[in-house]
Amino acid sequence: MTAGAMNRETLFNTVLAVLLLVLPLAAVAIGEPFYVTLATRMAILALAAVGLNLALGLGGLVSFGHAAFFGIGGYVAGIFASHAFNQEPMLFGFEGSDQMPVIWLSAMLVSALVAVPIGAISLRTSGVYFIMITLAFAQMIYYFAISWPAYGGEDGLSILTRNAFPGLNTAQPISFFLICYGLLMAGLLLFWFVRNSRFGAALQAARQNEARVAAVGIAPFRIRLAAFAMSAAITGVAGALFADLNRFASPSMLSWQMSGELIVLIVLGGTARLFGPVAGAILFVLFEFALGGLTERWQLFLGLILLGVVLFARGGLIGLFAGKARHG
Amino acid sequence: MAETVLSIRDLRKTFGALKATDGVSLDLRVGEIHALIGPNGAGKTTLIHQISGSIKPDHGTIHFRGEDISRLGVAERARRGLGRSFQISSLAPEFSALRNVMLAVQARQGSSFRFFRPVMTDRSLIEPAMAVLEQTGLGSRAHLPAAELSHGERRQLEIAIALALGSKAFLFDEPMAGMGPEGSRQLTAFLDRLRAQAPILLVEHDMEAVFALADRISVLVYGRVIASGTVDEIRNDAEVRRAYLGEAS
Amino acid sequence: MSTALIIEQLLNGLQFGVMLFLMAAGLTLIFGVMGLINLAHGSLYMIGAFACAVVAAATGSFWLGLAASLVAAAAAGALVELAVIRRLYDRDHLDQVLATFALILIFSEGARWVFGSFPLYLDIPPVLQGAVSLLGGAHYQLYRLAIIGVGIVVAAGLYLLISRTRLGMRIRAGQSDREMIAALGVDIGTLYTVVFALGAALAGLAGALVGALQSVQVGMGEPVLILAFVVIVIGGIGSVKGALVGAILVGVVDTLGRFLLPKLFAIFLGPAEGATTGAAVASMLIYIVMALILAFRPKGLFAANT
Repeated sequence: MTAGAMNRETLFNTVLAVLLLVLPLAAVAIGEPFYVTLATRMAILALAAVGLNLALGLGGLVSFGHAAFFGIGGYVAGIFASHAFNQEPMLFGFEGSDQMPVIWLSAMLVSALVAVPIGAISLRTSGVYFIMITLAFAQMIYYFAISWPAYGGEDGLSILTRNAFPGLNTAQPISFFLICYGLLMAGLLLFWFVRNSRFGAALQAARQNEARVAAVGIAPFRIRLAAFAMSAAITGVAGALFADLNRFASPSMLSWQMSGELIVLIVLGGTARLFGPVAGAILFVLFEFALGGLTERWQLFLGLILLGVVLFARGGLIGLFAGKARHG
Repeated sequence: MAETVLSIRDLRKTFGALKATDGVSLDLRVGEIHALIGPNGAGKTTLIHQISGSIKPDHGTIHFRGEDISRLGVAERARRGLGRSFQISSLAPEFSALRNVMLAVQARQGSSFRFFRPVMTDRSLIEPAMAVLEQTGLGSRAHLPAAELSHGERRQLEIAIALALGSKAFLFDEPMAGMGPEGSRQLTAFLDRLRAQAPILLVEHDMEAVFALADRISVLVYGRVIASGTVDEIRNDAEVRRAYLGEAS
Repeated sequence: MSTALIIEQLLNGLQFGVMLFLMAAGLTLIFGVMGLINLAHGSLYMIGAFACAVVAAATGSFWLGLAASLVAAAAAGALVELAVIRRLYDRDHLDQVLATFALILIFSEGARWVFGSFPLYLDIPPVLQGAVSLLGGAHYQLYRLAIIGVGIVVAAGLYLLISRTRLGMRIRAGQSDREMIAALGVDIGTLYTVVFALGAALAGLAGALVGALQSVQVGMGEPVLILAFVVIVIGGIGSVKGALVGAILVGVVDTLGRFLLPKLFAIFLGPAEGATTGAAVASMLIYIVMALILAFRPKGLFAANT
């Protein structure tokens, strides 16, 4: 056991958490609100990846379809807001809502409800089958969204005014950032608890050795299905925030590229590490911003960097700083 | 006669043209070690797989403590108290020995759907797990990742897990394999004591250990039990000597 | 609804299926032999289409373009296999997904860099322009019929290649037991490069053939790639026969679904509502079929090495 490595990881995590909070506050102080939006984007993408990290990092479930849940969260925010704005009832006389807490809970619920059947079918398989099937189901939802005209179809769905949160003016970038940051911290806390819990022990053991888990009397399927649904719920909330950030629920949130990017975030940061998604999201948004400012072709360089990381620097950013992960 | 814990009747399994299990019936009774021997390819491991539930037999029934478990999955059989060790060590390699055993304690206690209490401070998991590790002689190795244990230690850990499950019967598939003479001797002594806790169906190639431990022996050849009896009966069985012991020596 | 229309839609489905088969055959071979999931297969499809469009525009000959698409895609495939892919065989699927995802980014942005964001167009060669009359008074585009013909030829060729040739024997050996081919003294490195290039050439062929029906542009490969995944999941990964059956099934179900479902829903919901609902359901149809098949056969219809 290398206590030093653990402490170094904790230190690194703390630095990341503080930086992500302080920099946008500083940006406001010096009158550069653009950087607040950048930090908000980091926090939201990190939260989405925290969700995926639960399935992928802890459970070893390489879902290439988490954009489905990200997009579903986004559309829940968009649809609720548009019904509330137009005062049109949607289902059972429910008139939508522009209250973020209502939207978040609904986004979690709907994402999890969609994840259960998708997971139930995909988890009967494993390995590449699982990857391809999750990808296929996400694509199904994508095509449904663009061919269903009621909520914008290919054009997506605009959110005219950002949804509200009691006691805060969400139109102010810094207030909205703080909401997103708070949810990210809540997501990380949840991930921490799950990882260290009995459930997390079974989930991680099933990744390492499925037969062993079954042989002690724990059915891996149920553990994985629950993890998949929780994972989807967290990514769904992030999707709702993302739609609010852009004031737009876009079909591109459901695209296969989005699913790929979420995996990239995790691996750039460090798979299964608590702050892996945070480190990955910060890196990713910085790449996008810095390279995107230099060249239109920034994705080419992102591809090259990613290829380099996969081939030569496994363990991601946190692995680079804190060494190999240990399990007590 | 002692009470029967595990009762297998007319189990059959074919893979294509190969009859891996061809009408096997056997019993495991309270307090005994029932050894299953036979030449390589006789179908011993296939039989263990069918008993533990990872292979479905084509025909036949398996009763465990009076209940028909023939249609249950691996996890459900394990929950009913059927503990097994694998021929090839099967552990969670990144987890420490302690966490491997804690997983078994957790499974025995029932729910794995608990999301909040951290396991590494949970004395209701750690204490029973440590006790079992001490009992199997792994106390000092508790915090090493399973992948870093020696071959013999991993076999001991397998048994520790089966113990922690509070199993009502053990299926051990070649626990002596790859162990040195000292390790084999220790394990033999350990299994000797263990039978009082729960009966053992033991697949083993180490004849010295089998003759020292077994209350009864069944000989499996080409998927059939060709003889079953006490150690002396099997030693003196002409057909067994021809089919198996002669070949082995 | 006339019989002629139904026949036309069936043939469209068949043509779509053939195109998917060309993609899926390579993917499934690569998985079967090397155990690799290759997301960049769609990029090879795109490379084939661009090579064909560029060479056809420069020389005025579709056929030279077609040859160029095979060469370019096979060469790109071999190059990528040598430079990147062979480092991934021993890695887990997550690494394979990431590295080949990175390749998509590189190929797509690279193509955008070289060819720009505007689509290129490819004309159907003069010999294959026009339509033919079919039974029952139907007319059908000759070019699409030719694609179906190509599919039949490729399927037969692959069958012969795998069952009758030395290379095929090695491929089969590789699918059942990777250590055995090493024991047979086969140079695995070369075998893998050849199989990868073969799969790439088939993808490039598909891209070139479809390029004349649609436009040639960056990002054209990935939607087809995902459908090809659906195909091999249905057919059973590693099985070329499964890829053929799955591809035809997906092609026909998708095409007929888009044609018939709006009409079907119109009966219950009225024309306007029915058309939109029908179209939305039709867009999900093949995935629903996939889910149903998986519910009963988790390893697909023709699971190869289980």
